[in-house]
Amino acid sequence: MKPTLIHCLLGIVLCGLLSAVSSIAATEQGPGKVTINRLADLFEAVNFDHAAHVEIAGNCSTCHHHATGDGSSGGRCARCHAQSPKSAKIACSDCHEVNPFTAAQLERKADDRYQFHVDKPGLKAAYHMSCLGCHQEAGGPTGCDECHPRTEKGDDFYHSGAFAPKASATHAH
Amino acid sequence: MSGISRRRFLAGSIAGCAATTLCGAKQALAAGSFTGYPEGMGVLVDLTRCIGCRSCEAACNKEQGLPAPAKPFDDLSVFDETFHGGTQKRRTDETAYTVVNRYQPEGGGKPVYRKIQCNHCAEPACLTSCFVNAYTKTQEGAVVYNDKVCVGCRTCMVACPFNIPAFKYSSAFHAKIMKCIFCHETRLKNGRPPACVEICPQQALTFGKRRELIKMAYQRMQNEPGRYVDHLYGEKELGGTGWMYLSNVPFDQVGFDVTVQNEPILNNVKDFLGTVPMVLAIWPALFTGFHLLATKKDGHGHEDHPGGHSASGHGEEDKS
Repeated sequence: MKPTLIHCLLGIVLCGLLSAVSSIAATEQGPGKVTINRLADLFEAVNFDHAAHVEIAGNCSTCHHHATGDGSSGGRCARCHAQSPKSAKIACSDCHEVNPFTAAQLERKADDRYQFHVDKPGLKAAYHMSCLGCHQEAGGPTGCDECHPRTEKGDDFYHSGAFAPKASATHAH
Repeated sequence: MSGISRRRFLAGSIAGCAATTLCGAKQALAAGSFTGYPEGMGVLVDLTRCIGCRSCEAACNKEQGLPAPAKPFDDLSVFDETFHGGTQKRRTDETAYTVVNRYQPEGGGKPVYRKIQCNHCAEPACLTSCFVNAYTKTQEGAVVYNDKVCVGCRTCMVACPFNIPAFKYSSAFHAKIMKCIFCHETRLKNGRPPACVEICPQQALTFGKRRELIKMAYQRMQNEPGRYVDHLYGEKELGGTGWMYLSNVPFDQVGFDVTVQNEPILNNVKDFLGTVPMVLAIWPALFTGFHLLATKKDGHGHEDHPGGHSASGHGEEDKS
């Protein structure tokens, strides 16, 4: 069967419906579990218990800034965004770039007059700064492996585990 | 006739030398105002963000193909290592272009981690001290090194105010200086950040145009009052460095040399070196002049006598 215009239109409508449903679900309850795997390479993906962290944080805007929640936490955001409507973009990766230092990104930042957003951390830093900052204060796990175990490639990279240097190796100093 | 032309020659040569020297001095002064390439890249290091994970060390090791480390890169016991009777923490060497050290600030508080590597000065002392031009400051902002021309004199190691260049003692017959080159060949010249910046989980290292990073640093200080000490290390130090630092504790407590001057190291010797061409150009002419003056009597003696017959000198001698 050849794809026709109607099929394409149907597909578009279906996609739209699906994304609308998922975004509604996300805004109202938030996902129960989130697998953070966009940066998984040297480390395994993080199985993030979102529901448990909603309980601990209390307010969505503790982590999501002004995108959702009451927007009250984080004095810096509130300076401009206290009255902002809730954003359609909520996921960390909607705003924080995976590669924050590409030539295109640097050019965009140079032209950006919104100073807070110029210095916006990349996705990896957003995760680590947000998670680790809280974990250090609240006594959560802070070791690298406690959130994301290292892969074999990671062991090779860090010269650790099976790739650890032999005890006889001497270091010239 | 020969006397006049000699005088003219001397006057002309002295004037010429003076002109050359003055022009040279002017050029030397102009070089002193160099504050880096306008589009030069840099890195803003925020010590308040570093968690001491040593990932930058691992990334650097892999990117630059350096020898395997003595201890795994996730081994944090290296922070307890000290050298020279406990006075010195880890340094860059031929096996590591960058190292992270841990400092305990005075009066308690969380430990502060500081990454060391080449700071990529706008006007580097290593470059200006090198007499074979083994170093180059690229327009992307990196200070790179060419081992093909290096003679292994190690003057750069003495000249560097940050003690960064390391000598590859393990290959003494092929002189090589080992230092961070800002990943110039593999990354920077293709518009990519260095490996250490890319791996940093906390974005303690921010890559960008140096002039933009300065603005960003001041914004951070302004936006979060009390978080930082009011100084951007590297903005002015030694004529400006490509890598700059923000800290929450005074810089001298985290291993920074706060006694360094704001002038490039070259400025300390520029005035003196400006006299070298003068000496080289004027002295030969000057002393040739002295010599000619000193021997003037004999030479002119011949010409004072009309006719210029060959036996005139002997005639005078005979009369006396």
